[in-house]
Amino acid sequence: MSGNIDRIKEIARGLLETEKVDVVIGFKKGTLPVMSEPTIIRKASDTETLIWDATCRLNLCNYLTGRKDRIGIIAKGCDARNIVGHIVENKIKRDQLVIIGVPCTGMADKKALSDLVGGEVTAYAEAGDQITVKGPAGEKTVSRSEVLQSNCRSCIKRNPVIFDEMAGEPVEELVLENRFADVEKIEAMDAGAKWGYFEELLSGCTRCYACKNACPLCYCPTCFVDESRPQWVGKGTDPIDIRTYHFLRAFHCAGRCTDCGACEAACPMDIKMRAFTRKGVKDCVEKYGWETGMKEGVRPPLDTFKTDDPEAFIR
Amino acid sequence: MTLIRIAKASWDGGLEKARKAYELIGPVPEKDSHKYAVLAEGQLPDMGFKNTKLSPKWVVFPQSEAMFTYTLDGTKENHHILQEVPAAPGARAVIGIRPYDAKAIQLTKMNFDNKDYKDPFWLRNYERCTFVGLAINAPSATDFSTSCGTGPFAEEGLDVLLVDAGEVYIAKVLTEKGKKFLDAAGFGEDAGADAAKTVEDLKAKAEAAITSKVSYNKIQGKTIMDLYDAPFWKDVLFGCINCGTCTYACPTCWCFDIQDEVKGTDGVRVRNWDSCMTALFTHHASGHNPREHEWERTRQRFMHKLKYFLDKYDAGLMCVGCGRCVEQCPANIDIRTVCNTMNAFEPGK
Repeated sequence: MSGNIDRIKEIARGLLETEKVDVVIGFKKGTLPVMSEPTIIRKASDTETLIWDATCRLNLCNYLTGRKDRIGIIAKGCDARNIVGHIVENKIKRDQLVIIGVPCTGMADKKALSDLVGGEVTAYAEAGDQITVKGPAGEKTVSRSEVLQSNCRSCIKRNPVIFDEMAGEPVEELVLENRFADVEKIEAMDAGAKWGYFEELLSGCTRCYACKNACPLCYCPTCFVDESRPQWVGKGTDPIDIRTYHFLRAFHCAGRCTDCGACEAACPMDIKMRAFTRKGVKDCVEKYGWETGMKEGVRPPLDTFKTDDPEAFIR
Repeated sequence: MTLIRIAKASWDGGLEKARKAYELIGPVPEKDSHKYAVLAEGQLPDMGFKNTKLSPKWVVFPQSEAMFTYTLDGTKENHHILQEVPAAPGARAVIGIRPYDAKAIQLTKMNFDNKDYKDPFWLRNYERCTFVGLAINAPSATDFSTSCGTGPFAEEGLDVLLVDAGEVYIAKVLTEKGKKFLDAAGFGEDAGADAAKTVEDLKAKAEAAITSKVSYNKIQGKTIMDLYDAPFWKDVLFGCINCGTCTYACPTCWCFDIQDEVKGTDGVRVRNWDSCMTALFTHHASGHNPREHEWERTRQRFMHKLKYFLDKYDAGLMCVGCGRCVEQCPANIDIRTVCNTMNAFEPGK
């Protein structure tokens, strides 16, 4: 996948040189081996700093909200679906964007990488489908599919649905046997087990809000957690407040979440909060036949009203 | 300087003895990492830990701390009057605190305990504590503590420094408080003639393993406004998502917010960790926000740690180089890069 980088740079350079865009948003090499850093580029010569590899976990659509300039943006499959959502929800105008699509074979899970080498990863390299890491337990080479983030294993759209330039050959979409096996496992629990599961899931949450801040959907000018009149949720460490935050956020994302995994990739405490949002994804698929961000101009199911709605109470 | 030898085989037993006089706090496994926690009866610290995601600053500065309680029930005595939450009794020993975290508590002490202002809640937490540090023999790649006025074997802020020397801990007794703790644990065997050299060798090895550095020698020579108005901020901080990861993980971030929480007629006034990364931080009642844009909030954090603190206290950076924020930042905003950028910046050029 990093093989697309030359083409990405070439397209980005061209867009800046011809002044088709004011800026390009992409990733540059991080200061840690397993990290990359979102970056904004204004000069054609700076496109040399762009990178593309399995550490580009964050969703760049998150950096579009409310921008007024003309933007070139590098988008993998999920980023592109979120860009569709952003256009539908009026957070950005289509004609402000030049979308540089990148077919994606998934992002590498940070923890899986450090587990491979028994601790801190001190070197990281990609060659084709192979990832090589070094650490306390020596050097290890694996294929990317072995260290994928959990959301990338159940990805439904690796190739961008929307783009102006394409920086690589399309990749094969995954064939998923049971896409929601993880959600079904939780659904099958009785109330007590479910409660215990969520309690354990959320233990350690400091409410740093990295999950919501990494999320392109969380663009409210004032998040409900920050409201003070009225104050919806306490700001301390009471588990009730922590749960309230996670539950409400998940509901707010229902029908809008592309399962890009930025929330989990951002969490410093390794909390798997996709357990909540994926229930919303599943319900929207099953109840409304809805997949988020696949088509421009269609509003998400919990955001629409039809006069011929099958439910009488709403007509 | 007294050096005491503690055979690892007698470590657990010693802690059990010390537990009679101290509440123990130490590193324990949590999910795939470690955290500092109050040790329950029979629970022992995991001294083989690498690092913790959160520092032990909560020991003196809890994430949520009840300061006062009150009742709004007019039929009750002292209604509508704040009642101070009594101090928790007894001594505490913080086992396995890292030297940089102990240094961080000394830096925050400048804020909570100075000639103009003494924070009673912070101080009563602090005064209960005996800090039994554990030197870092194998620093992580993100550790840059030696360029922040501390280091893997630094002693500032500690009462005892334990050095892991294989079969034994060599304990450096640094204060009376430290001696009292070791006495309570029954640790008193002289470490012998070679111990000092063993410690020096391990220290030299650990310090040499730290290759990550920051420079800040030129920051004090620049004006606040030169740095504040520097052109690099927006781009350097572009990736920042303004979460609280760095501020919560940071052992020196000391900002707090005070909240009243009321249920029925019972109220409690709590102070919580605050984070300058959020839009709500110091948001004025008038509606004015002194840092309206996201990047301005991130600039505030770095200016505070790397410029305002330097100017105000002349005591180096408000950063101990523990590397937690570097490791945990979701967007890989690296304080080392920011510090070096600020240091190298030449105003007007």
